[in-house]
Amino acid sequence: MQKTLDNILSRYRESGGNVISLLQETQDAFGYVPREAVQFFSRELGIAASKFYGVATFYAQFRLRPVGKHKVTACCGTACHVRGAERIMSGIQRELHVTDEEDTTTDGQITVEKVACLGFCSFAPVVLVDGAVHGKTTTDAVIKEIKSLRKK
Amino acid sequence: MASETLIRVCMGPAGIAAGGKQVIEAFHAALVDAGVSAQVRERCSSHQVGCMGLCARDVLVEVHQGDVKTVYQYIKPDMVQRIVDEHLVAGKPITEWLVDEVYASFYRKQIKVVLADCGRIDPEDIDAYEAVKGYEAARECLTNRRPEEVIEEVKMSGLRGRGGAGFPTGLKWELGRKSRGDDKYIICNADEGDPGAFMDRAVIEGSPHAVIEGMIIGAFSMGARNGYVYIRAEYPLAVERLKKALDQARTRGYLGKGIFGSAFDFDIKIKLGAGAFVCGEETALIASIEGMRGMPRPKPPFPVNRGLWQKPTVINNVETFANIPAIIRNGCGWYAGFGTDKSKGTKVFALTGKIKNPGLIEVPMGITLREIIEEIGGGIESGRPFKAVQTGGPSGGCIPASMLDIAVDYESLAKVGSIVGSGGMIVLDADDCMVNVAKYFVQFTQSESCGKCVPCRVGTKRVLETLERITTGKGKEDDIERLEKLAGGIKAMSLCGLGQTAPNPVLSTLKYFRDEYEAHIRDKKCPAKVCKGLLTYSIDEATCKACGACLRACPSGAVSGEKKKPHRIDAAKCVRCGACFEVCKFGSVNRE
Repeated sequence: MQKTLDNILSRYRESGGNVISLLQETQDAFGYVPREAVQFFSRELGIAASKFYGVATFYAQFRLRPVGKHKVTACCGTACHVRGAERIMSGIQRELHVTDEEDTTTDGQITVEKVACLGFCSFAPVVLVDGAVHGKTTTDAVIKEIKSLRKK
Repeated sequence: MASETLIRVCMGPAGIAAGGKQVIEAFHAALVDAGVSAQVRERCSSHQVGCMGLCARDVLVEVHQGDVKTVYQYIKPDMVQRIVDEHLVAGKPITEWLVDEVYASFYRKQIKVVLADCGRIDPEDIDAYEAVKGYEAARECLTNRRPEEVIEEVKMSGLRGRGGAGFPTGLKWELGRKSRGDDKYIICNADEGDPGAFMDRAVIEGSPHAVIEGMIIGAFSMGARNGYVYIRAEYPLAVERLKKALDQARTRGYLGKGIFGSAFDFDIKIKLGAGAFVCGEETALIASIEGMRGMPRPKPPFPVNRGLWQKPTVINNVETFANIPAIIRNGCGWYAGFGTDKSKGTKVFALTGKIKNPGLIEVPMGITLREIIEEIGGGIESGRPFKAVQTGGPSGGCIPASMLDIAVDYESLAKVGSIVGSGGMIVLDADDCMVNVAKYFVQFTQSESCGKCVPCRVGTKRVLETLERITTGKGKEDDIERLEKLAGGIKAMSLCGLGQTAPNPVLSTLKYFRDEYEAHIRDKKCPAKVCKGLLTYSIDEATCKACGACLRACPSGAVSGEKKKPHRIDAAKCVRCGACFEVCKFGSVNRE
């Protein structure tokens, strides 16, 4: 971890210092923004940790908790909404015993996320399972897909 | 077959989702398979292209042989071999896979300016763009025209900002030009945050060079040496294609120092957005590029005077830039020939929802909603009555069926309480609850409110609470009045566009669908049977097959029953999730 953080920090210094890019690189590296990373940057740069958290909690992209091995992303855009996205989302959450807040299964296998819009509106409702697009999908189809993930 | 054969496979957002990549690979494989296609291979090439528009029929595949174009719909990888064998080798198109009349009616009323090259050229190939006169307009401007002349041309074209607000583009560039300072910036806003819209994504993925060329012309006009594209991180393919296009343009010398041999230097950087709807607002977007929280600030000073790093900055949307090369090439008169008196040109819309042919369309301003929905969109998919169309996303409104004949332009839509917006157009049918739709948008704006100003932060929260109450059967008699009062306050007092427009979905549904609000509040009924809190479930014992599906699906143990005996729902334990209704294959679960 330390080596990665050093690299991110040196790129930050070279590029003139952009907190968002710094956090984006951190998340790319770890899947989330670890507390240790923020403490390290705060110490090295003399910027209060609250400033990093201010940015990290402002933007939807950043996560402060580890992400599961697999990721299920339910699109909640308008086109998906009118085609039952909410029902699919609650079906998945029920199946995996996760919530909006506690979005990762206890075994750390699967994270379920909502996203505002993926831009696949003509295939609504859409769910991404590990990045693969499942269009015009149903709760059952997604759950089946999730079960096969678990076997992998 | 003397002429060349060209195969185009749709790799727009929907094409990819439907398996466009696998179809292309299948074509490559089938064409390389020498025994079958030795004669074809030499003269045949297959390309990926951007969105062809009719996303509902993806994967769309076009086969061009000389002047003859054949279009196939719903193509899957395993169908490719037959196309190669029968069509390409034997010369007999497979009639049952061809597109039908829907395809023709989908395109009949469309005019493609921005999308002219989307679906026609390989977006990752700068030569393909140059073959369709790409970069000619930028070359012409930089080598033959003065910036003022370019600005005049854009002004005369009547082009207005396609991001939603509709500010005249030429005028913005003129203000940027006149603003003092050596260091100026031009920004392309590609942070398409409106849920239910994918125009900008499709344009960048389908023709990234057109956006770059538009930015070069804009930068030259206002005198900017640095440009940014602020793009959503959720669009990885658009980012990748844009990066490739920028590299190609740089290699050709279209970006960098002394572009086209002129004295003009200009380059473009990509900045990834981190997911905040409010960053569509200019000052918030600027703050975000500077690495801070994307919070708007009061205007003036306007960004054209004091923008990025306190320097003069012009921000235009993706579609606006993509219009520019065609306007310069064909002249302002040509562009102004499309559209209405005050809204010139064409507009791209993402037509989605309960429509038969969802997809990406480009129409002249002033076309009626009826033409879009009935002729291009093919009407309602389910055959249920059309109820409303939502335009402008969270900042827009719902237009009822009785107003289908209004013209789609900035002024007409504003008059009926909606907006053109960035181009989302979501069609709703009788199964959609308008109170729920309004609640959906307020949920969105409430969670996207940056929290800086009180009217928006607290106001949207109060509106949402009221709507939650109404949709769960706890609505009070004076809630409609409360909503109207709150909405007026939020609109009048919010700092930026997000708050000022956030009440629109509520106000427009209150205006045209007040009876639905009243049914929720007074009768505790959701006429469209959408709002869960107002529904009760029961099992029809006469038709129940006692299969046990509902029993297993019920999360709260409200369903009881034994084998071969009709099941029952205990209303006290029921959490109204609707799981039983969804799983029942016999239609035995009633929803009231």
